[in-house]
Amino acid sequence: MTTTDDKKQLIQEVLDAYPEKAAKKRQKHLNVYEEGQSDCGVKSNIKSIPGVMTTRGCAYAGSKGVVWGPIKDMVHISHGPVGCGYYSWSGRRNYYIGTTGIDSFGTMDFTSDFQERDIVFGGDKKLLKLIKEIEELFPLNGGVTIQSECPIGLIGDDIEAVAKKASKEIGKTVVPVRCEGFRGVSQSLGHHIANDTIRDWVLTPGEKNPVEFESTPYDVAIIGDYNIGGDAWSSRILLEEMGLRVVAQWSGDGTLQEMKCTNKVKLNLVHCYRSMNYISRHMEEKYGVPWMEYNFFGPTQIAQSLREIASHFDDKIKEGAERVIAKYQPQADAVIAKYRPLLENKTVMIMVGGLRPRHVVPAFRDLGMKIVGTGYEFAHNDDYKRTTHYIEDSTLIYDDVTAYEFEKFISALQPDLVASGVKEKYVFQKMALPFRQMHSWDYSGPYHGYDGFAIFARDMDLALNSPTWGLIKAPWRK
Amino acid sequence: MRQIAFYGKGGIGKSTTSQNTLAALSENNRIMIVGCDPKADSTRLMLHCKAQTTILHLAAERGSVEDIELDEVMVKGFNGVLCVESGGPEPGVGCAGRGIITAINFLEENGAYENLDFVSYDVLGDVVCGGFAMPIREGKAQEIYIVTSGEMMAMYAANNIARGILKYAHSGGVRLGGLICNSRNVEREVELIEELARRLGTQMIHFIPRHKQVQEAEIRRMTVIEYSPDHPQADEYRALARKIENNTNLVIPTPISMDELEQLLIDFGLLGGEEEYQKAIATLPTAAV
Repeated sequence: MTTTDDKKQLIQEVLDAYPEKAAKKRQKHLNVYEEGQSDCGVKSNIKSIPGVMTTRGCAYAGSKGVVWGPIKDMVHISHGPVGCGYYSWSGRRNYYIGTTGIDSFGTMDFTSDFQERDIVFGGDKKLLKLIKEIEELFPLNGGVTIQSECPIGLIGDDIEAVAKKASKEIGKTVVPVRCEGFRGVSQSLGHHIANDTIRDWVLTPGEKNPVEFESTPYDVAIIGDYNIGGDAWSSRILLEEMGLRVVAQWSGDGTLQEMKCTNKVKLNLVHCYRSMNYISRHMEEKYGVPWMEYNFFGPTQIAQSLREIASHFDDKIKEGAERVIAKYQPQADAVIAKYRPLLENKTVMIMVGGLRPRHVVPAFRDLGMKIVGTGYEFAHNDDYKRTTHYIEDSTLIYDDVTAYEFEKFISALQPDLVASGVKEKYVFQKMALPFRQMHSWDYSGPYHGYDGFAIFARDMDLALNSPTWGLIKAPWRK
Repeated sequence: MRQIAFYGKGGIGKSTTSQNTLAALSENNRIMIVGCDPKADSTRLMLHCKAQTTILHLAAERGSVEDIELDEVMVKGFNGVLCVESGGPEPGVGCAGRGIITAINFLEENGAYENLDFVSYDVLGDVVCGGFAMPIREGKAQEIYIVTSGEMMAMYAANNIARGILKYAHSGGVRLGGLICNSRNVEREVELIEELARRLGTQMIHFIPRHKQVQEAEIRRMTVIEYSPDHPQADEYRALARKIENNTNLVIPTPISMDELEQLLIDFGLLGGEEEYQKAIATLPTAAV
């Protein structure tokens, strides 16, 4: 099962199980990449079909869970009934430095805990009271965001008016986010909505009351790194070692103050394009801050990215980049020397969220591994265009893959490793397939940067070559 | 026990008609009125004052509906008629529809429906969302009476309500009992409403003539039945009450299209030439249901 035709045949077989209408719809999301094409030949960012299981989240997840949640010095209120807040509590391992409950709130959960009467009579008064209580109990908070759950949009609460009033009363930034879960087809719209609120409630008001900021020619911001398992830290040190000043981290281990400074940097460095391209484009258009995408997975891409970043600066930084590469390359070479023989020619199938279905490909390749299939939960067409730079001819592509399709594809292609999310993990481990959870790095990480690559390589070896697999025997197979 | 509901365009005289009719009905029946309007004015003429404590306001004060007792929100009015108001949020906030659902569930769970001959729901305006359709869903009102007049918008609303009834007719068994024409002195009003009733597959159950006695009683916060029991207008409501009591003509309505409704008005000379027609069309709101 290696040729394009084989895989196209497989897609057809998988689709055959669907009713005609469902098959027609799903067929547009499945394809095989052919070398030289400008995209992956799949449709994306379309509503999932009823009756299938997909791994998508909602707009609230995109805003609260991804974009806003990691801003550590702000209190993020899950506004609505308690469930959304509870089940998204601390789910993403966005590491941060600070004293929780004093000046940082990342692992705490705040909710307005809507009751029947709040639905019937509206929740605006309760929300205002809640914000004032937060200010009393946590006076060192940097500000508040209001993350709307579904009912807020249904009953038409005026959270913008509450935000303005509360902001005046507590003298801090209060951001209302209309990220009701029913909006859009996936969490992707939540990213966009959250980006827009940063524009409207942080950057635009900041024009009137600018923060004090001493510029240097080497100011950059890390955009779209959520510091999962410390990713942003292992990235930041490389940028600093090459002579750049990292002014802000969006949003892993980030603060509101950092966000407010970001429109003054010289260059925005975008890691997760999907979730933060909107605000990067805005800062370019409005404040003239250029942005570029980079990739810190695996030494090949890291070196390439460092040189590309340096090309926006003077010789001092260019030399700095070469110095950093020279310093860390031997470390990376040692990792490859140790793990490549253990992982060479192993095959991988990936299915994750925003950038990893393409960005991690070079890290696997540095270890001699081969990607035979990849796909995104909530990508748009521009993501699939970018994917073509990373994948090889005849890679199987699946957009918003359903549980059934993914199981079928993996059963047929029998990869050595499945790299996906927690909802997939146990399905495939029960099929005795090695698995790595690529949303939260399976409680490991960081995976970004040279230090992260060493951990990545170790983890892949642990997953693939663990003696556990040889010890598992189904009780009915004597 | 029969569960009935009065629906109709806002301002048509729904609460006045329903209370007068129920007052007449109460002369030989045990009755409960459930007001399903945030304004809580469905029982005013029975209690001689505006709004008792409503279910939702008391629940909000206490924390939740579990914290209140039935006798705190149920009051006896004229002739022993039991009166309950759901209440709801002030205009422009929260969700009144959800409030009605909450209130009706509370009444059911607390056994408010025992030892009664009639329960009547008085619902505001149009069936704009699921909450306002609550009284016509399964196990609730079985007979709907639509209060209307010969005015175009009242008929438009009546047709819309018929669509709401049709939607729940097969799952919940709700039926249309008839149109009550609360006269606005429109020309050929009786024929017009009889024709609309025929098209909807129902009857015009009664024609209530316009009379200032109704207002005179209302100013004193009373029904005509109570204020002037011997007045001929009181007998009109008694006649309607008898007809409802004996009504067996319960149907699944056959709502008509906008075009048909307009044609009906043209046929009855209410809409003249093309110019007037266009003017009338321009003032129509978009369909809500």
